[in-house]
Amino acid sequence: MIADFLQYDFIRNAAFVGLMIGFLAPLLGVFIVVRRQALIADALSHITLAGIAASLLISKQIGAFKMLNPVYLGMAFSVTGSVLIERLRKEYKHYQELAIPIILSVGIGLSVVFISLANGFNTDLFNYLFGSIIAVDSSDVWMVLSILVVVTIAIVLFYKELFLLSFDEDQAQVAGIRSRFIQFLFMVMVALVIAASMRIVGILLVSSLITLPVAASIRIAKGFKQTIWIAILFGETAVITGLFTAYYFDLAPGGTIVLLSALILIIVITWKKYRYAFQRSKEA
Amino acid sequence: MESSVVSINNVTFSYQERPVLEKINLDVPEGSFLALLGPNGSGKSTLIKLLLGLLPLHQGSIHLFGENVKKFRAWHRIGYVSQKANSFNSGFPATVFEVVSMGLFGKIGMFRFMKKSHKQRVMQAIQTVGLDEYTNQNIGELSGGQQQRAFIARALVSDPKLLILDEPTVGVDASSVDDFYELLKRLNREHGITLVLVTHDMGPVTDLVTHVACLNKRLHFHGDTHEYENMDNRELSSFYGHPVHAMDHQHD
Repeated sequence: MIADFLQYDFIRNAAFVGLMIGFLAPLLGVFIVVRRQALIADALSHITLAGIAASLLISKQIGAFKMLNPVYLGMAFSVTGSVLIERLRKEYKHYQELAIPIILSVGIGLSVVFISLANGFNTDLFNYLFGSIIAVDSSDVWMVLSILVVVTIAIVLFYKELFLLSFDEDQAQVAGIRSRFIQFLFMVMVALVIAASMRIVGILLVSSLITLPVAASIRIAKGFKQTIWIAILFGETAVITGLFTAYYFDLAPGGTIVLLSALILIIVITWKKYRYAFQRSKEA
Repeated sequence: MESSVVSINNVTFSYQERPVLEKINLDVPEGSFLALLGPNGSGKSTLIKLLLGLLPLHQGSIHLFGENVKKFRAWHRIGYVSQKANSFNSGFPATVFEVVSMGLFGKIGMFRFMKKSHKQRVMQAIQTVGLDEYTNQNIGELSGGQQQRAFIARALVSDPKLLILDEPTVGVDASSVDDFYELLKRLNREHGITLVLVTHDMGPVTDLVTHVACLNKRLHFHGDTHEYENMDNRELSSFYGHPVHAMDHQHD
């Protein structure tokens, strides 16, 4: 059954990309969630959509532009969006969360304008919204692979700084950490990972792959490193079983992956409750 | 001057137009234990932030270990336990070990990793504050008093010569407060660490500290504990700006 699953190129591509984003999204997700910025992923994914819509619009006008993977322009938009979020957070020191709805709505606004300018698109856009297995080609694999390498190296190199910054910004400053630089670097990484994850889970569901595995992991893990590893384990489980299920039952992979992540979350919460009750009854 | 760990000269600071600190002069001698006393909103935390370089200093000067704060880089010589330490995100998934390690990050520096010797020092700091058996527990699972000890350990791990604590006992249950002060006393007397304790309640620390500074926008009193105890109610009242008998914490 698995051999059957892997005999097609497009499925192999999707499986590779899936494995990579199943690792990347929860990895960054842990840092995002503990800083209570879970919605940033949503804001950035919507601005990515604007970039993709722009790219599709341009390629409709200029044939040569079709050669370029729309994800690249999406990525550029997303990185710009991340910089803007940081600027807005500085501007509204006491209402930092405002940056998220501002960028999110601008993202949707731009997307809708681009889409209407192009008089609508074909199924392409639908794939970007909800994810697709068929749409993944080998250029996507290479792109996601380079993002994986860059982001993983950056996380390993700046783990201390990112961890400290997430826990306590004042202390980070006292420790002499260049917090603005690290924060900028981190936002760029988030932007890249969102663009990378989009092919499979789709723009509207990217943030769930970033937050759901972390939400489950944080309930049971001891310590920060363990939270990361368990989140990755959950992320990979959801992506792999999700792709498999989506292929056999002809479902949208994004939705399937998200529902499986939610299922893992429910199992974890229930197990935790049950175990707690069990311990209590034993003590009584 | 040489034996001063901190020397603050003529420091004035305002948030926008509102003056918070006026012409503060304060020296902290090496090995002393200073209580920085003042009602809420008296500028205590602002002074600490200036001292740590967290706020920009425009008027006056601050020297740490003889070096101007603007040029000071040896932050690992200073341990800081912020007020925020007791209102941190208690759901944060970090073990006591991980929290304490953070105190070493500045010293280890960018692009370098924790070595075995660093890990040993983290364990030592955890032992000093008596949290050995909680090393691998999530910080959120500890009691308020234990959490505060973990933050002290984090401040201690870089082997600081000066430890600054900003209202460290807020939110700590009464029974652990005594133990906590006992720990501070040990750090000061046995480990020779200079301590600055920011508090609005002198009561429990009178026997502990060697010096007292009373701050309310201006420095109203600075001297050793003995002099402080001899200060009469009238002077105390002028410091708080209204008649004082018992401590009143209702200031804005």
